[in-house]
Amino acid sequence: MSSIDFTWVIGGPQGGGVETAANIFAGACAGCGLQVFGKREYYSNIKGEHSYFGVRVSDKIIRSNVSGITMLVGFDAETLFRHADAVFDDGAIVYESDLSGLKIDEVHTLDAQFKERLVKYLLSKNKPLTIQGALDAAKERGVVLYPVSFKEILANLSDETNNPKLRGMFRMQNVLAVSISIGLLGLPPETLLKSVGSVFSRKAEIAEMNKTAANYAYNFATVKYSKFRYQLSQIPKEEHVILAQGFQSTSLGKIACGCRFQSYYPITPASDESVFLESNEIFEVENNRPGSTLVVQTEDEISAIGMIIGASLTGARSATSTSGPGFSLMAEALGWAGINEVPIVVTLYQRSGPSTGLPTRHGQDDLQFAIHAGHGDFPRIVYASGDTEEGFYDTAKCFNFADIYQMPVIHMMDKFIASTVSTVKRFDPTKITIERGKLLERIGEPEYKRFTPSPDGISPRSRLGLENGIFWNTGDESDESGHISEDPENRIYKMDKRAHKMEIALDKIPKEDQVINYGVSDFCILSWGSTKGPILDAIEMLNKEGYKVGFVQIKMLHPFPAQYVQSLLSGVKKIIDIEANQSGQMGSLLNEYLDKKVDYYILKYTGRPMTCNELFDSIKKIIDNKAEKKQVLTYGV
Amino acid sequence: MVSNVADYKTEVHNDWCPGCGDFGIVSAIQMALAEMEIPRHKAVIFSGVGCSGKTSHYLNVYGVHTLHGRVLPFSQGAKLANPEMTVVAVGGDGDGLGIGAGHFVAAGRRNVDMTYLIFNNGVYGLTKGQASPTLKLGLQTKSLPEPNVNQSVNPIALAIASGFTFVARGYAYDVRQLKDLIIAAVKHRGLSFLDVLQPCPTYNDINTRDWFSGMDNIDEITNRPRPRIYKLEDVGYDPVVHIDSPQEENEKLTQALIKSNEWDAKIPTGIFYKNDIAQSYDQRMAERIPNYIENPPAYQEISAAGKSITDISKMLDKLEV
Repeated sequence: MSSIDFTWVIGGPQGGGVETAANIFAGACAGCGLQVFGKREYYSNIKGEHSYFGVRVSDKIIRSNVSGITMLVGFDAETLFRHADAVFDDGAIVYESDLSGLKIDEVHTLDAQFKERLVKYLLSKNKPLTIQGALDAAKERGVVLYPVSFKEILANLSDETNNPKLRGMFRMQNVLAVSISIGLLGLPPETLLKSVGSVFSRKAEIAEMNKTAANYAYNFATVKYSKFRYQLSQIPKEEHVILAQGFQSTSLGKIACGCRFQSYYPITPASDESVFLESNEIFEVENNRPGSTLVVQTEDEISAIGMIIGASLTGARSATSTSGPGFSLMAEALGWAGINEVPIVVTLYQRSGPSTGLPTRHGQDDLQFAIHAGHGDFPRIVYASGDTEEGFYDTAKCFNFADIYQMPVIHMMDKFIASTVSTVKRFDPTKITIERGKLLERIGEPEYKRFTPSPDGISPRSRLGLENGIFWNTGDESDESGHISEDPENRIYKMDKRAHKMEIALDKIPKEDQVINYGVSDFCILSWGSTKGPILDAIEMLNKEGYKVGFVQIKMLHPFPAQYVQSLLSGVKKIIDIEANQSGQMGSLLNEYLDKKVDYYILKYTGRPMTCNELFDSIKKIIDNKAEKKQVLTYGV
Repeated sequence: MVSNVADYKTEVHNDWCPGCGDFGIVSAIQMALAEMEIPRHKAVIFSGVGCSGKTSHYLNVYGVHTLHGRVLPFSQGAKLANPEMTVVAVGGDGDGLGIGAGHFVAAGRRNVDMTYLIFNNGVYGLTKGQASPTLKLGLQTKSLPEPNVNQSVNPIALAIASGFTFVARGYAYDVRQLKDLIIAAVKHRGLSFLDVLQPCPTYNDINTRDWFSGMDNIDEITNRPRPRIYKLEDVGYDPVVHIDSPQEENEKLTQALIKSNEWDAKIPTGIFYKNDIAQSYDQRMAERIPNYIENPPAYQEISAAGKSITDISKMLDKLEV
């Protein structure tokens, strides 16, 4: 059997059950041993605007989405208008048959720019400006159409089960659509029903009703339609695989590594993390009393960071989680934590800026800001995770860095990782270590001074409530005790002490935690964060065609491991910078710190994550010497 | 056990202006801590930015001089993470009611068990005397180029409206009363607010010590000044919510709001409102997390020999495919 690589996309109005459907589909596939990589796209809206979920399925490791759709499922007109053209020529569309007569002008949620492009396209294909026109254009290319009347299915189901309520249950069309898809794709019904059960696990009655509907729709599809040309099949299941969303990785990392205080202000896409923490606020602790995380929703992000600084002063591991706009508000307090050497972790789920920007879309827009946020010179570590799995282990590392080097750590995540659902190896808490650095448990002598000199610049750290450990902190420059001091010599001592910790961090943090080297070659990609997945998938595709390209993923972006990266790149001829922002923010760091300059940029700033195909094409162009210095990627609606 | 006022003093040089009301407040805090015999390492003073921000450096307990306007977030975070600490937050009126007003309101809603003192002098002293949120409309203190164009905020009324469960006013030159009010505030389980009238001898030339004493208002018969300041307890005022009923609460809130509007001729000090029935934040939290008070964030064991001891297996099981 040839390998499976299949992309299923379901769209619908926000609040219409698209996410539930996608989770059922992903669960059903993962339950069959398949690898799953799903991503959600949505507008800043509660109900009604178009949202869609793409789930890529394979029997091999996958780390990104592809350009194009193998099977599109739409129970509303907008989904069909927006995505029909992206369905592969040998793909399929499952859709609500009642919609076919609808005209473009009748769909009010389509924006003017898109409508203009759609009309032009349909006219060029000589098709009417209706759903039928869009579907016919696809059919002409070879796409198989599966018209389904969800209304009719509900009516039949209602009669057969003697349950008149079902007739009007249009909310269930999402479950019906998934089940029909699974039927067409030849997967067994058991994993489908199990997945339905687990998605609705909170309410037994609703779970049962949906299982009945799923079973009915599955059978309906297998009887009514011939099998689709692509079939998925069950493969031996690997052990200890979880289906996780990115935000769950940092949450679980926080719980496992002992973060016991988190405050936050609601913001997309970061607040899912805090909500997860609060939902799991009490947990078991080995040979100990139950532990808990105190999650505090604050009045704004200024308060969120203020509270975690206060909490950290008591010795509790403390963190906040935010996105660009919230992080902007935290800048002043970040400096306070810097000057007072307070360990805190800020989990920064980036999205597209500036200002409110594209509030629900992806972006790696905040690297330079994370490095520079706050006035004055003060130390901080900026550390970026590349995917969900890294998110778990890196969270624990970030807390260790904060404790050991006594400084704020900004953990860079983003919307792409946050809302990706994928199969990953079950996180292993025994692999993380907890290092609290020079945090004191008791102090014998009463002459304790918080900022006492030390060769590495790191002073023993007391905590509020510790006998003989009294200290003072101030946002002003201060002396060894922490009292205000404007003395010039003391100023040099304190500034240099804090700055020195950056050198120590760069020296002590293991190189493999700073940079991941996937192999270098004449052409070498440098990148950071969630571009990792699409890059690795694209490299696999390139290797198959005989192209060689190297990849160095930089995880610690500040302090920047200049010497180490420089040494890795010694034989490299061309550097390719790949980032999801407009200006090439990491590229600027490379140009600042390295002898070599960036030769090529591949950038994307539409708010939609990169697909592996886009990268494959653009990297190939570079190696074939057909590329401009800067390529801008555009795929995705 | 320490109980000497001197034990709570640091040797840091105090650089407030001669005659500043802040001296009285610092003394009152030191006296209150000594009288309550709170061990030095079990108390922490958080301060905002401005003249009052230096307070934490003059007290020999843990001292955290925070950012302008942010004293409440910092201090609440510490108290929530370690409920054993006695937490007192101090700041100016600009700090708490201008730049930090949002935190003031939000803190009231939470009712964390701690005490907040505002040093209220009507001006931004450290930046040379601009009008603060409590300066009355139309007043022109000496460094203002024009009279104040804004209405003033009423700190007592705002505290009551925001949900503070202990609301009182002291006067910087009545250190004994202020000390007693601080003790009552610290002992109250919930968020206590103390509005401390604190004449700024350098920039507020209107609401001066003499003005509060009524030196501009001499009784023609006795030839004595008629003091503006009086004590609520001397007029039979009862601030306490005695029974758990909305009507009782409404009555106490309303009388406090009415009292809070007295100014100019007569200025009340003492406790305006005290509600021991309302649950504090830690009590509410303990209903959700039963061992929160005994095993708070600051004291939880998180590792053994460098390894995590938290069991997340149930959470992971839920994600297994």
